[in-house]
Amino acid sequence: MPADSAGNKIKYHLGKASKEDEQVALLEIQNLNRRFGGLRAVNNVSFNVEQGMIKAVIGPNGAGKTTLFNLIAGNLPANSGKIYFNNAQINGRKPYQIAKQGISRTYQNIKLFHGMTALENVMLGRHIRSKAGFMAGMLNLPWTWPEEKKIKEKSMEYLGLLGVAECADTEISNLSFGQQRGVEFARALATEPTLLLLDEPAAGLNIYETAEIGRLIMKIRGSGITVLLVEHDMSLVMDISDEIVVLSFGEKIAEDIPHNIQQNEEVIRVYLGDD
Amino acid sequence: MDLLKRYIPVLFLLAVVVAIQLVTHFTETTYYLTQLTMSAYYSVVVIGLCVLMGYGGQISLGHAGFFAIGGYLAGALTTHNLMTLKNYGFVSFLDKVGLLVDSKGLYGGDLLTVEPWAACIIAVLTAGLIAFAIGGPILKLKGHYLAMATLGFGIIIYRIALASQYFGEADGISEVPGFKLLPGIMVSGNFGARVSNYYIAWGMVIIAVILLLNLIHSRVGRALRSIHGAEEAANAMGVNTARYKLYIFVLSAVFAALAGVFVTHYNGGIGPSEAGVMKSVRYVAIVAVGGMANIWGALIMGIVLNFLSLRGVFGSYDDAVFGVILIVIMLFAPQGILRINPWQQLKSFFTAAAPKSGEDATD
Repeated sequence: MPADSAGNKIKYHLGKASKEDEQVALLEIQNLNRRFGGLRAVNNVSFNVEQGMIKAVIGPNGAGKTTLFNLIAGNLPANSGKIYFNNAQINGRKPYQIAKQGISRTYQNIKLFHGMTALENVMLGRHIRSKAGFMAGMLNLPWTWPEEKKIKEKSMEYLGLLGVAECADTEISNLSFGQQRGVEFARALATEPTLLLLDEPAAGLNIYETAEIGRLIMKIRGSGITVLLVEHDMSLVMDISDEIVVLSFGEKIAEDIPHNIQQNEEVIRVYLGDD
Repeated sequence: MDLLKRYIPVLFLLAVVVAIQLVTHFTETTYYLTQLTMSAYYSVVVIGLCVLMGYGGQISLGHAGFFAIGGYLAGALTTHNLMTLKNYGFVSFLDKVGLLVDSKGLYGGDLLTVEPWAACIIAVLTAGLIAFAIGGPILKLKGHYLAMATLGFGIIIYRIALASQYFGEADGISEVPGFKLLPGIMVSGNFGARVSNYYIAWGMVIIAVILLLNLIHSRVGRALRSIHGAEEAANAMGVNTARYKLYIFVLSAVFAALAGVFVTHYNGGIGPSEAGVMKSVRYVAIVAVGGMANIWGALIMGIVLNFLSLRGVFGSYDDAVFGVILIVIMLFAPQGILRINPWQQLKSFFTAAAPKSGEDATD
């Protein structure tokens, strides 16, 4: 597995990746910094996410995981550092522009559109994959009809994939927590992302639902989508991740395959305390 | 099927409009048509604001300002005599391309004014451009701050109308001529044109309703509602929230300005009270009573409340009544008193079974 040193980066950009670097970095994070006042929430973090892998970011509470996600998705500006996606710099861009590039996400505390049905929520995921504008909408131009129909069909497919098709016409606040999580997943997938950011997908789920989510994430990866997730459930992380990045107080303290992370003394110390 | 469902209430509305006209004709109460015409125009402002507030989730306490921009510009351009400026660059250009009309003034003097169609377009475009210009910065604000910023805009427009000689200061503009829409069809307060004006106003309402119903059921409408639901997530789904908010703000301003133009021609004038802050509050109150994200509710309440107000039912407590309505609605029925759309109400009345709620309980 490639290290995230500056040397490797240059190799990628020159297109002269050596044998062991064959995998292409889909997302490259370079020396990323974000401060909140005196707090270094993300401190000089660098790592790559290769195409087609499931990568997990773990760390104790307050390690900067969610901040990192918000930086990648464009919800927060970085103080310094760079984020490349598909070799194009994306930091400094607006969230909707980043979404259009192919990054979709879910939230730790589910953010769905209230006052809308489950189906309508997922249909929003098709927004960037369709194009009827203001005037076309107001005049209800006939060419938008097949597009609307397609949006609806596709969205139903994604609801079905997540096993929540029966809630399609239910207003979102009338759904159970698990169903809402399913709808949020469906919405994220409906954008047909290249990279999916999952912020604690198993939070609030029981062990069976967690296992279900684990299988789902594997399936998503199987369909060619790269996954970056933040998660507290260690058994889930160890089971499904190809690589793990460990953050502590905003700094990256380890990056390795799950087996090695479990043996890593510093990681153990951070999680269990060093007394 | 969906389309049919969307347009059936529109046909129903059309039938009611015709029925009311016929009833007033046979009962010889055609004087009601005057207030119904005015109410219709005000309702165009209200439903535009309804889409901005209820669907886009953005409040505006400045819509009387846009109404006034439309009304005042159309009034001033079609009324002020340009005779003395006839040989100056821009005016002579307008004259040459036929956008000015020569007529005889009240006392027989030569009057050179802007053609109402041209004035209407200038007025509405100006309102739209102003909305575009101020919308960019102020729509970044949320909640109270946005309310205050739009309120500030409304006050500025009101003060300009009140202070500027061109706009007639406290007297406003009067003697505004009719607006010939098509040969033989004239927007004016002329006694004989009462029935045709009633239909012009309601034609405008129906077109506005159809356009807005289409919009909220489209891809863009869904995006607008998502902004209301969770702006951050909407952005993360690739919705350019800032742009959509701006578009819907401009659209509602254009609706308000268009209503302002027509009301001014219909009344033959406009005064500063049309630009007043209380007018804006009134529009917001009506949208709230109608149930925010409910075009039909806003339309019905817009007609009923404006009609009562114009008939003088609330007497000199007019503004106070709308203030009280706003407070009562916010306290007791924040979803509006016509929460469900009339179509659903009618359906559930006949089928007796409450739709949906039963299914939800079993989940």
